[in-house]
Amino acid sequence: MADYKLIGKGYSTPDLVAKVTGRAKYAEDFRAEGMLFTKLLLSPMPHGRVRSLDTSAAMAMPGVMAILTADDLPEVEAPGERMLTNEPLYEGEPILAIAATTEAQAADAIEKVKIDLEPLPFAVDPLESLRPGGSNARLEGNTMSGRDLIDITWTNVDWDQVDNGTLPTDGEVTDEWEVGDVEAALQAADLVLDETTYHQSTGHQPLESRTAMAYWQNGKCYLHVSTQSLARTHAAAARLVNVDPENAVVIGEYCGGGFGSKIFGSIQMGIPGLLSQKAGKPVMMRINRLEENFIGRARPGMASRIRIGYRKDGRVTAIDMFTVQDGGPYGSSGDFMSAADQASLMYTPANIRCRGVNIYTNTPPRSAQRAPGGVQVVAMCAPMMQKAAKQLGIDQLELMKINAPSGQQTFGRPRQGVQGNVSSAFVREAVDRGIEKFDWEAMKAKSGQRNGSKVTGIGVALSSYAAGVSGMDGLLTIRPDGKVYIQQGVGNLGTGSVFDTARAAMEALQTDWEHAEVVWGDTSKHMPWSSIQAGSMTTHAHTRANWAAGLDAKRKLQEIAARDLGGSPESYTVANGRVFSGARSMTFARAAQRAIALGGKFDGHELPEDINEMTTAAGGGLAGIGLMGIAKDNFDTGGRNMSYAIGFAEVEVDTEVGSVILKDYKVASDAGTIVNPRTFAAQLHGGGIQGFGVALGQKWIYDRRWGLNLSGRFYSNRPTTMLDVPHEKKMDWVAADKADPFNPLGARGIGEPSQGAGCGAVQCAIADALGDGYFNRTPIMLDMILTNVEGLPEGVARLAAHS
Amino acid sequence: MGDVEQVEQQHDVEGDGFSRRTFIKGVIATGASVSASSYVFKDGSVVRAQAPGSVERLVTVTVNGQQRRVDVLPEETLATTLRYKLGLTGTKIGCDRSECGACTVLVDGVPHYSCSMLTHQVRGRSVQTIEGLEAADGTLHPVQQAVIDEQGFQCAFCMPGFVMNMVALVEENPSATRAEAAQHLSGNLCRCADYNKILNVAERAVELSRRS
Repeated sequence: MADYKLIGKGYSTPDLVAKVTGRAKYAEDFRAEGMLFTKLLLSPMPHGRVRSLDTSAAMAMPGVMAILTADDLPEVEAPGERMLTNEPLYEGEPILAIAATTEAQAADAIEKVKIDLEPLPFAVDPLESLRPGGSNARLEGNTMSGRDLIDITWTNVDWDQVDNGTLPTDGEVTDEWEVGDVEAALQAADLVLDETTYHQSTGHQPLESRTAMAYWQNGKCYLHVSTQSLARTHAAAARLVNVDPENAVVIGEYCGGGFGSKIFGSIQMGIPGLLSQKAGKPVMMRINRLEENFIGRARPGMASRIRIGYRKDGRVTAIDMFTVQDGGPYGSSGDFMSAADQASLMYTPANIRCRGVNIYTNTPPRSAQRAPGGVQVVAMCAPMMQKAAKQLGIDQLELMKINAPSGQQTFGRPRQGVQGNVSSAFVREAVDRGIEKFDWEAMKAKSGQRNGSKVTGIGVALSSYAAGVSGMDGLLTIRPDGKVYIQQGVGNLGTGSVFDTARAAMEALQTDWEHAEVVWGDTSKHMPWSSIQAGSMTTHAHTRANWAAGLDAKRKLQEIAARDLGGSPESYTVANGRVFSGARSMTFARAAQRAIALGGKFDGHELPEDINEMTTAAGGGLAGIGLMGIAKDNFDTGGRNMSYAIGFAEVEVDTEVGSVILKDYKVASDAGTIVNPRTFAAQLHGGGIQGFGVALGQKWIYDRRWGLNLSGRFYSNRPTTMLDVPHEKKMDWVAADKADPFNPLGARGIGEPSQGAGCGAVQCAIADALGDGYFNRTPIMLDMILTNVEGLPEGVARLAAHS
Repeated sequence: MGDVEQVEQQHDVEGDGFSRRTFIKGVIATGASVSASSYVFKDGSVVRAQAPGSVERLVTVTVNGQQRRVDVLPEETLATTLRYKLGLTGTKIGCDRSECGACTVLVDGVPHYSCSMLTHQVRGRSVQTIEGLEAADGTLHPVQQAVIDEQGFQCAFCMPGFVMNMVALVEENPSATRAEAAQHLSGNLCRCADYNKILNVAERAVELSRRS
């Protein structure tokens, strides 16, 4: 790795003291004079239509100040979602909102609303919607084809086969792509594995719900929200409260978790804004845990038939994926398509086909969740790779390396007939680092060891996912106090990247972090055009953007020094808060004063032409207060930025009671240069642990007769707890630590692939402990392990959703 | 026997260990009506109007070493009082149902879920929240320092609850092992799943506490 001053070094992020003393303010921590509270009327049924609504008694209740219904909102074309609806498409969907002086008054008023809901047909299981005679989630159809809602029924399919747990592949689908000739390659393969798998839907469940508070001042709406991305939430928030972006201020300094469910904030964040406008007072909308589990988004589950063809030497020659996806009620999720992209990248088959259909269900809305499609595909394919390794007599990691991407690997769905490529891949190097550091031979030796009724299993899984975008803007000012103020329009989700990427600017200025002030969390504070804080994009995108702004500031410092002190700009060095050449030297504080005096480009009165208009506005707002570094990221790009994590899990399966104890978990990775090892490791391990939850516990259970969720609480939908993780010793990790050639600092993101690695490695470890068993359904529950051990039929229909 | 005494007696009888039964009995005993079973009320504590003459409203609670006199409704939870009456928003509400532990505070040194405890139950008792850990001169509590040293937690919404529970851990078990810390902290959820690093923090907190 290059010799950096700040990059690659651990430090404490500047928000940590505020967090640990309770001073950090999340959306529900703000108060405003005369603040009202709102409560929502939620649909008690999975699908219905408001036949009549009488709110007169509710409005006459004490303290009630305003009401908002779907009739107050603009229409949205199906399958789009509105913040309130007259045709709820899932249990818990908000129908109206009432604001009152106290929350209890609002709740009491909701009780007085007379509402007549006409129950409509519903579907909670996508396969049931495809079955002849099955009902659909939406009146207009059960899926999208292009821009049209259509109804697909599988009349030609052998439904007995479905009921017996095998997904037929002759049903109609809406999406399809192929590279090479999959059928021919499968025919020619030495080994073909053919499995039907089921991956559950999982709620995001951030610990902070999507609570929001809003007030208006002088025609501007101020919104305190929980959002992953700040700058990119601005326009969305403005649209929801019907104002231009310059009349909306979004404040979101801290976000209590999102995992993809709050990329642009949340759709319901507009409710307090509109109610506040009506009532003329601030409005707080507290979303409680049950409400969050309804409106808080989820990862689409999927049932897939997967066929993988192998040559004797372990090379994957063909992959065929056929998927029915559980799409929730709105939008059109593409998880199954990106799942195939990731299969194409991880296993690099010359022949691959993806076919699938996204079926609407009356279950909570789906959105991106940490590695959308990526986690599902690892969960479904990693155990098959393990099985193939055993059948072919090849070491699992050797099989991984044989098929791993390298260099600028091409992969995925072709666009205009051509596959894209990655910017770089050092997966084999990462695997080798893991083999060495984690002592793979010693790990393998533990496989199958028995201790009473407990059997040890070892599992590994490769997981890949997107890790960066480019073309964002960087903005900073060096002010007369000598400090460097770095404007960060991404969000503060706790990944650390809002601060970590600001260090790229200080690296360019070769100046200590103590001289930096990061400005974030409030759109009125002049934010540059930024990436969404999602999809592991930030680290790559904003090391580049801030490096660009830092270099721009450096050039201006050199020019000012040369102008004032003589010599050429190039003869000056910038470091440690000074610009100097021999004995000629100027502090940042002095240079800032000179920049203000000189004006023009130096203090932001003249701005580059290629920056985004959001950055132009931000630069204009900061003009004249110091030396401005402002630039678009125009650095070279070399393909899609993808990162990789390889999970190594050791479990102990108790064959008597069916329990799984995770003894150890370690991760090897390839994500370019590591910007901050502490936040990097947190992503590897935290993501991995979320993956354990997917493998072992997290799911919904629906009452199929009434379409109601029976698992609306943490204890019933089972996210991972402290007791689910190894706690005898610290989890280890290692990185290939090879700079990405298409980032000036070599960095990429790592948050996405880590979850699939954890999930897949644990599944493989369980299968390893139990011999040849392959668990085709996640989460792997006690009963599945016990029926496997006893050789009994499975207790749950393999393809039944949410049961 | 007055309603408040009744609540207090119930509390004493059942000791410091929280039970949902105590909480519900407390709500009933204070004369507040338990709300209808409509789906609106399946979750969340809501602040409602005072039922006249049911219970004394002004109570004194020692919060972070200061005696605070506060106007409290009969069924008001400690989390609500702290956050909405006393301005102590460091205590977070993650689930309102004793599931996640984000609202954990210390009552007479013992960790409690403040979402599931009535403010009337802590009358005259000593409550410590995350805001009360830092010394007047800005010196952080060893547990807070451990968080800084280890870059503990991610989104940190769960952090106040974990930190308060960890403060109790280092008091109760000054030589707690990593595994013991995991058991002690298992009533707190972290959805970022930063558990590995949280246990690093716990180990560091034990070490720093022993030194101080």
